[in-house]
This record gives sequence, structure tokens and C-alpha cells, in this order.
Amino acid sequence: MSAEAHYTPYHPRWYRRRVSVWWWLQNRAYAGFVLRELTSVFVAFFAGVTLWQLRTLAQGPDAYARFLACLGTPLFVALHAVAFLFVLFHSITWFNLAPKAVVVRLSGKRVPDWVVVGLNYAAWLVLSGAVALIVLRGR
Amino acid sequence: MPRSITPFLWLLFSAGGTVAALLFPIHILLTGLAVPLGWVNAPSYESVLGLVRNPVARLYLFVFVSLPLFHWAHRFRYTLYDGLQVKHLTALIVVFCYGTALAGTVMAAYLLWTIP
Repeated sequence: MSAEAHYTPYHPRWYRRRVSVWWWLQNRAYAGFVLRELTSVFVAFFAGVTLWQLRTLAQGPDAYARFLACLGTPLFVALHAVAFLFVLFHSITWFNLAPKAVVVRLSGKRVPDWVVVGLNYAAWLVLSGAVALIVLRGR
Repeated sequence: MPRSITPFLWLLFSAGGTVAALLFPIHILLTGLAVPLGWVNAPSYESVLGLVRNPVARLYLFVFVSLPLFHWAHRFRYTLYDGLQVKHLTALIVVFCYGTALAGTVMAAYLLWTIP
């Protein structure tokens, strides 16, 4: 040990309290925020499933049958059930935030928020119905 | 990340979020739950292939896969920053997120182009 004391200069900017990785569980609003952000993981998951489906479709009927069999396993049914709930949460939060993201004006007047939200939900219903009709038509 | 492409990434994020919000629930319900659980009869291989051969359906599927992947990339990037507090890994996260989205986009284009 040296005789002279060694001091670290005082740096108030350096002081940071460690925040737990689970900071978002302490508050409902924070938990909702992080759950909303995590919906994107299930969006990517299903985009991946769609790519997989297209690949097996290109490979032929046998590969496609194996793909369908795979989707029938409990693991994939459970994954899709969870993914469905998360994506539903994404849709609802996305539509409800739409009037804050895009301000629509008609002849100088701002279209009320509930109209913008309502149009989003209406488009959702119409498109979902159209997709179901087209996909299930050719049985 | 160059500042100039940030608005473009944000545009992809919001376009992808809209596509996912409008179309993903019904597709997950049909493909992931209704068909595997036997609520509806599975469309035959030939009918699905016939559908995908339609140019409009190909464009639809390309948008359906690509834009939501960029939506994920943008959102997940910030989830990693905030959730795991790994701001020092910025470059790695950016490459991983947008790189995955880009790879998925290329794969979708290739598959949709080559399906007979």
C-alpha cells in the first residue's frame, strides 16, 4: 500500500442504479407495454410458418401433407393458440392507437377518433370474412 | 444506423403493423387452429396450389410475409434495448433484426417466384 491515498474523482454522472430486467412487472401499464411489444415475436413466428408452408407447397403433395401433420401436433396447436391471443392483442391496441398516429382531415375538419377506430375495425371484419371465404372455398 | 433511413424503417414498421393487425388473426385462426383441430375441412393441396398460382395471391403473400417481418424487426429491436438493457450491442441487434426480415423477404420472393 502506498503512503499516499488514492482518490477516484467524483463523477456524479457515472452513478446509475441498476434496474432489474423485470422492471416492467412492477406496474400494469409497463406490463401492458412490454406485452404489446412482444406481440411482434408472434407476428414473426407466423410469417415464418407461412414461409414454411410455401416451401412445402413448392416441394409437392407429400411435403405439404407432412407440414399439415406437423401443425396438428399439440406443440403447434398450443403455439398457435398463444400466437392468436397475442396477435389479437396487437390488432386491438393497433386499431385503438390509429387516430393518434394518423390525423385524418375532411374539408379542413378533423375526423373524430371514434370514426377512425370504427373504420379500422370494420375493415378488419370485412377482410377477415373475405380471407375465410377465399381460403375455405376450394375444399 | 444512418439517420436518413430511420423514417423509412418507421414506415415499414407501421405498414407491417397494419398488415399484421388486419390479416394475421384470421390466418392464424384458420391455418393454425381451425384446420388442425378439424373445425373446418383442410383445403386440398391442389386447391391451395391453385390459389397461390394466382398473381394477385402471390403479391398478397409477399406483402403478408415481408412487411410484418419488418414490423417485428423494428419493434423487437427496441424491446431488446429496453427489456434486456443491452444498448451496447446495438450493431449486433440491428444486423440480427433487419437481417432476418431481409432474409425472410428474399425467401418469400424466391418461393413465390419459383412455385410452378
